[in-house]
Amino acid sequence: MSRIGVFVCHCGENIARTVDCAAVAEALKDHPGVAVAEDYKYMCSDPGQALVKKAIEENHLTGVVVAACSPHMHEKTFRRACDQAGLNKFMCEMANVREHCSWIHEDRKEATDKAIDITRTIVEKVKHNRPLETISIPVTKRALVIGGGIAGIQAALDIADGGHEVVLIEKEASIGGHMSQLSETFPTLDCSQCILTPRMVEAYQHPNIKLHTWSEVEKVEGYIGNFEVTIRKKARSVNEDLCNGCGDCQAACPAKKIPSEFEAGLGKRTAIYVPFPQAVPNIPVLDRENCTLFKGRRKGLAKDACGKCKETCLKDAIDYDTEDTFVTEAVGAIVVATGFKLYDIGRDQPEGLKGYGEYGYGEVPDVIDGLQFERLASASGPTEGAILRPSDGTEPKTVVFVHCVGSRDPEKGMEYCSKICCMYNAKHTMLYKHKVHDGRAVAFYMDIRAGGKGYDEFSRRAIEEDGAEYIRGRVSRIFRDGDKVKVWGFDTLSDEQVVIDADMVVLATAIRPQDGIRELAQKLSVSTDEHGFINEAHPKLRPVETNTAGVFVAGACQAPRDIPEAVAMASATGAKVLGLFSADELEREPAVAVVDESTCIGCMRCELVCPYGAIEQREICTVDGHVCGHTAYVNPGVCQGCGTCQAVCLSKSVELQTFTDEQVYSEINALSMWE
Amino acid sequence: MSNAVDTRGAASAGGAAAGFEPRITAFVCNWCTYTGADLAGTSRLHMASNVRIIRLPCTGRIDPLFIIKAFERGADGVIVSGCHPADCHYTSGNYHARRRFAVFHDIMGFIGVEPGRMTFSWVSASEGAKWRDVVDEAVANVRALGPFTAYRALAPDAGATEGAGVAAPAGEAEAS
Repeated sequence: MSRIGVFVCHCGENIARTVDCAAVAEALKDHPGVAVAEDYKYMCSDPGQALVKKAIEENHLTGVVVAACSPHMHEKTFRRACDQAGLNKFMCEMANVREHCSWIHEDRKEATDKAIDITRTIVEKVKHNRPLETISIPVTKRALVIGGGIAGIQAALDIADGGHEVVLIEKEASIGGHMSQLSETFPTLDCSQCILTPRMVEAYQHPNIKLHTWSEVEKVEGYIGNFEVTIRKKARSVNEDLCNGCGDCQAACPAKKIPSEFEAGLGKRTAIYVPFPQAVPNIPVLDRENCTLFKGRRKGLAKDACGKCKETCLKDAIDYDTEDTFVTEAVGAIVVATGFKLYDIGRDQPEGLKGYGEYGYGEVPDVIDGLQFERLASASGPTEGAILRPSDGTEPKTVVFVHCVGSRDPEKGMEYCSKICCMYNAKHTMLYKHKVHDGRAVAFYMDIRAGGKGYDEFSRRAIEEDGAEYIRGRVSRIFRDGDKVKVWGFDTLSDEQVVIDADMVVLATAIRPQDGIRELAQKLSVSTDEHGFINEAHPKLRPVETNTAGVFVAGACQAPRDIPEAVAMASATGAKVLGLFSADELEREPAVAVVDESTCIGCMRCELVCPYGAIEQREICTVDGHVCGHTAYVNPGVCQGCGTCQAVCLSKSVELQTFTDEQVYSEINALSMWE
Repeated sequence: MSNAVDTRGAASAGGAAAGFEPRITAFVCNWCTYTGADLAGTSRLHMASNVRIIRLPCTGRIDPLFIIKAFERGADGVIVSGCHPADCHYTSGNYHARRRFAVFHDIMGFIGVEPGRMTFSWVSASEGAKWRDVVDEAVANVRALGPFTAYRALAPDAGATEGAGVAAPAGEAEAS
């Protein structure tokens, strides 16, 4: 027989003003299974909690119901008090008579009757609560960081410096990400490579960091503290252990006209290549798509059409027959830092997006995007830092910069602000004016969004000191007109049409998540927003966690981010991961589903609906080892306790502890006793 | 109290009698609607007092049998509410719920419950005012329909002693 204590809180006047708390306690005294019912002015205060503890000890209570505020407020407080008094803390529940009753009703009788109902309902539930133990899960103290841009590098370094092993994977041949492509960074105009490359080298040489470049995530299994990640190491054709990065193979490669991804298409590379001179690791990859030898093999030539790189290599590091290999890494936490790509504004667009055909990108060579301008301005770029337009290599005397190309444009499928463009456009106008003193930099903007330390000062400097002309308005058309690039725009402040004969146009195209982000998110069981940016667990209070425990997010794969924000997020994930690794075992609430193997028929409907992949099929064997049936098994480490499995179970064999059928039906039944 | 008798049969004899106060059971998820109802409280938004909330982790946890049971035990109306599509705390529980209730809605006529007695809605943690509107609207709808009496004869124990109702866990009876 249950012996339940009911404790009705006045919450000062908050509850007592509309609810007759003494009457509630009085009504509950007679309720079957209730051993003691009391009311008190402030139940959450020390004397209030002492009252609960004393009642537990004196009356040998088997359950406690506190009729007070929302469980989101003080459930933890009273569960702790119960625990201290020797009562299993999961035998304690809150009856919400404040937020759901006293604060929303005025009539005292109505409110009191409702408070009695609410409390009774919870008493009936608690009768069916079972003592539960918190679950302990072992933690593998190694982390996986996906993405080797500045965010991934920072996260890896922070975790590695904290004394734990990190596996850092990067899909490209070198780490560094977009930051390595930038010329200078706002708002300080310091050289991007100068601040980045030391960190790249530090990550590469760190004894706690294991780097896999030219690699991608193939499969993720397991759960917080216990992930098993399969990594696909794409065939590099170069033995990483033998190669010394001399570069002879690149010099020997006859295929020299391949557009370089690193140079954003403005420079050329060979088929066997290191993406840029400061690449880490300085080991080339062979691009089989464009390699003469592999082209020949695909055509079915009997003899290899080339082989110059292999002939040249003194270390004999090149092997044309390598294939993709797979490595499995056991990790306890995962940081996703896959970064961004720029919106491809040409006419060909994936579903849901529309290009800007009217801007002539991809058709007029002197219409470029922001990343291409970075390469033009970069001392290590294709023009060695000289601003020369792509079509004829002359110095452009008028350059138009267009803000918000795609961003903040629901018509094009992206209603969000890409955040970094206002700042990098200001930077571009400055870099241009610093190099072409007699040039004209004209920027078309919607608003200038320069929130950040030193940001507004920076964008004002572009206008006031460096003489960039800012026109508030949009551009309707960009097209080739003889030697010029004609820009038709509109100045919304003077209400006039503007026509500019430009030599070059730079489009600040929107920030998009990387291709393949949805597939990766699926592997990690994390969700993305409609654009593919990874959803954080809470936009304010849990910005670097995801809804999957043990998976964290940093940088521009979560939303458009600038470098300081990406680094701050990365360090935050580092702190989260180190916090997770600070104990050998991690504890969690036992609000998980449990399968009754004696009745489960193994239909696995539960597996289909589980959002976390927490359910797997297990074989039931006879004593002599024959498989005689199957049942479902819920992994308590992965289960988050939503209970969706229970609602679809045909044989009622899976049960969410803390919300069992018995408990819920008891609540429903209790409600039919209204008077 | 142990002899408490449900008096609604008498009330319903007179149709939507004057003084009829609907009894509505609400099944809500912990993360969105329950928190939204908390917000309605902290914002002191006054609303009808006819609704009793049963907190569940997720709308995905709601077995349609809960709803039938609520009607069987004397509820005049039921509300089901959770996170908006795409906002589910558990990623997809509300989608399973949505499909389940779309089907359930279609069989309501078959099980003898007027569709107006059921309210399905999405109320987020920031929509305290919406929760108030959902509650007030549901109460008004059910008030107009009058007491739900169709299951009275089917459930002779409805409104009988509270101990009896609890001693035979209905969940297991439903399942078999």
